[in-house]
Amino acid sequence: MKQPLLVFNEKGIYCQKADVYIDAWRPVDKCIVTHGHADHSRWGHKQYITHTHNVPIIKHRLGEISVTGKAWNETFTINGVKFSLHPAGHIMASSQVRVEYKGEVWVFTGDFKTEDDGLAEVYEPVKCHTFITECTFGLPAFKWEPQAEVFKDINEWWATNKSEGRTSILFGYSLGKAQRLLKHLDTSIGKIYTHGAVENMTEVVRENYKLPKTTLITRDTSKEEIKGNIIVAPPSAHGSTWIRRFVPYVTASASGWMTFRGARRRRAIDRGFVLSDHADWEGLLSAIDATGCEKVIATHGYTDIFARYLREELGYDARTEKTQYEEESAEIDKKIENED
Amino acid sequence: MKDFAQLIKKLDSTNKTNEKVAALTEYFQNANDADKLWTIAILSHRRPKRPVNTTLLRLWATEISGIPLWLFEESYHIVGDLAETIALIIPSCERSEVTSKSLSQYILEIIELRTFPEEEKKKYLHDNWLALNYFERFVFNKILTGSFRIGVSQKLMTRALSKATGIDEDILAYKLMGDWTPEKTTYKKLILEQNEEDYLSKPYPFYLAYAVEDNFQEDLGPISDWSFEHKWDGIRSQVIIRNDEVFVWSRGEELVTDKYPEFQDFLKVIPNGTVIDGEILPFGEGEIGNFNALQTRIGRKNISKALLKKTPVILNAYDLLEWQGEDIRQKPFSERRKILDKLIQNINSEEIGIYLSETMNFDTWEEAAKERDLSREKRSEGLMLKRKDSPYLVGRKKGDWWKWKIDPFTIDAVLTYAMRGHGRRANLYTDYTFALWDEGELVTFAKAYSGLTDAEFRQVDAWIKRNTLERFGPVRSVTPQHVFEIAFEGIAESSRHKSGIATRFPRILRWRKDKPIEEANTLSDLKALIPK
Repeated sequence: MKQPLLVFNEKGIYCQKADVYIDAWRPVDKCIVTHGHADHSRWGHKQYITHTHNVPIIKHRLGEISVTGKAWNETFTINGVKFSLHPAGHIMASSQVRVEYKGEVWVFTGDFKTEDDGLAEVYEPVKCHTFITECTFGLPAFKWEPQAEVFKDINEWWATNKSEGRTSILFGYSLGKAQRLLKHLDTSIGKIYTHGAVENMTEVVRENYKLPKTTLITRDTSKEEIKGNIIVAPPSAHGSTWIRRFVPYVTASASGWMTFRGARRRRAIDRGFVLSDHADWEGLLSAIDATGCEKVIATHGYTDIFARYLREELGYDARTEKTQYEEESAEIDKKIENED
Repeated sequence: MKDFAQLIKKLDSTNKTNEKVAALTEYFQNANDADKLWTIAILSHRRPKRPVNTTLLRLWATEISGIPLWLFEESYHIVGDLAETIALIIPSCERSEVTSKSLSQYILEIIELRTFPEEEKKKYLHDNWLALNYFERFVFNKILTGSFRIGVSQKLMTRALSKATGIDEDILAYKLMGDWTPEKTTYKKLILEQNEEDYLSKPYPFYLAYAVEDNFQEDLGPISDWSFEHKWDGIRSQVIIRNDEVFVWSRGEELVTDKYPEFQDFLKVIPNGTVIDGEILPFGEGEIGNFNALQTRIGRKNISKALLKKTPVILNAYDLLEWQGEDIRQKPFSERRKILDKLIQNINSEEIGIYLSETMNFDTWEEAAKERDLSREKRSEGLMLKRKDSPYLVGRKKGDWWKWKIDPFTIDAVLTYAMRGHGRRANLYTDYTFALWDEGELVTFAKAYSGLTDAEFRQVDAWIKRNTLERFGPVRSVTPQHVFEIAFEGIAESSRHKSGIATRFPRILRWRKDKPIEEANTLSDLKALIPK
């Protein structure tokens, strides 16, 4: 039997023919990296290949590494296998990886979303035979509203808080979500302040992307100065001592998990905005449809349920594979931290 | 409906009591009377009867959303709430700009829906699901399927209503008690008007005591200020005698007159215009029985002659709230008791079934402690301390009444998970996980698997099998519905436990069928038990 073009082994997604890994979770010689989130771009590979705009991002996270940047749609051949990167729309410079050998095409999505968020390069459907897709939000309960509506809510929330003399604190992962939030906050309401982790990453991202002005909160930043303005901070800042100095404040989280009342209530956040950098149910299904693929491999998320739906309802040859892009935990609270 | 959904959203999106009160107050100031009345009803757990069973709701929701039933079930397991799952999967993401029907209109339609044939029910639900936006649909489903758990107690609602109307909170609490439904009254009648007739069966809000705190003896002043009683272990009740009728109310605001037919005898000896606060106790062979004996009386719909004979009950009177048609709650406890004592002493207790809960005075705390040590023998839970000059207050208030319970530690917790037992209990769900409230959520705190009788275990087992929410291998999560009193010997902080608390030898003391889950204890109640 012919060896599949890509296999899932203990180190990652592996192309034996080219001896290249994609988003490996253990140190390997050569690794194509889809995007800058820690679970996809891990430490310790000898050589990294990624999109040019992702180079400064992973260098910021991983230090001095050997990395080659590629442009969108630029084909590079390794041992007869053709590779190219295509926008995944998940965060800035996030890619899908197209792999072709002797006319057979596989695509690995990494993480992706189909909606144009105004910052990340827009998701591009790529024709293929086998589509390896994430399905973090692979349940019909997940349906995103258009981003414009969500940001209208977020800005209204900020304006209301301001009128009540309170500071708004918005939680979002420091790479990706934070910049998406920054990009669409209405700065006619007030000033945007940032937590150090967000500010550092944003500084790196500015190299290739245009973002509004932010002000880093330092030890000298006074409470009066911040009052009524908005702070963008990573989720880990919630409940920390760092945050207490901003009283009176109101907190909100922006995540796909905010779909569930329970998830927000458990975390004692005042407001939850449903805003995700992953595809929702319809997004996943339309993406699969647009590839024209026959085989689907579902990874990270509600894989079993999603693959069963593809098989039984839509007639795909669909199966699941385990990856280490997230913990196999039913604990939704944990997922809020790890969504991106 | 729009305003009501907005209110629920606001209540749902804050953990701060003041903000909840403010949101409710604003709503009560602006909503129309019918909506206000229904809002009060819903928040005091008086929702309309379910017009459609959940099996049909699931089926119809999947039909309209075009997903297979198995996928709905999988989603429901993950979302964890039926109303929410249905609201989420219905295919409309756009915002409904106009929802013209009011809350009360919707509710009247839902009430009427019960009488419709199935096809029309389905059409009604489909039409309305599609006409509402996500959150309105969620609220609509909640009205259809169950009560709202949004961290709004009746007390909090009463406070908001008081702010909105300018009517005193305690008076409102009184007006909201008892056997009213929005279908048979109006906002004006219930809240604004004084109407003698309505008051015929109405109980007074119960005054509830807090447990004594550390070194309370030093804080309470001279011991001669205090009257002592045993804290009897039965069903706290109010017996009302007005207009030649007897009404019996349990603390859960349930009218239970029919369950205690023996109390009809009170009419013979107690004059109209009398309200007595007391404890219903099992009383076989001339002495107080075990609380468990009462379970048979609580659970039964029809009280047979045989049962009356097997498990007779009495009322042990604590206090007098109304006398000669007059509300005397503001009189000092000692005066109220003087009238009560005189009333009961002239009654043949054995014949009528009403006794006095004996009051005691002590010269020293040591003497009081000695009496408390006798509690187990006397089948009491410890001592009650009542300030002799105290009025009868509303609700749980600190200061004038204290309960000084005996060990062990006990706490009322909600059954949340169950696992099959071993050995002779194999195949029966007998190993339980219990949870306490923490900011509106139930947090697991202990496991216990002893303390119930075999018959009770079988009963709980059958209930668990019908009310399973999710299965995790051998473990099932169940609908939070039953409260159990858990006793334990030791308590300490622990980082290994989700609740942050470890208890030693927790066991089930009894099944509190009389308590709704809202009255289960909180995690902070548990934490307060940790020895300093």
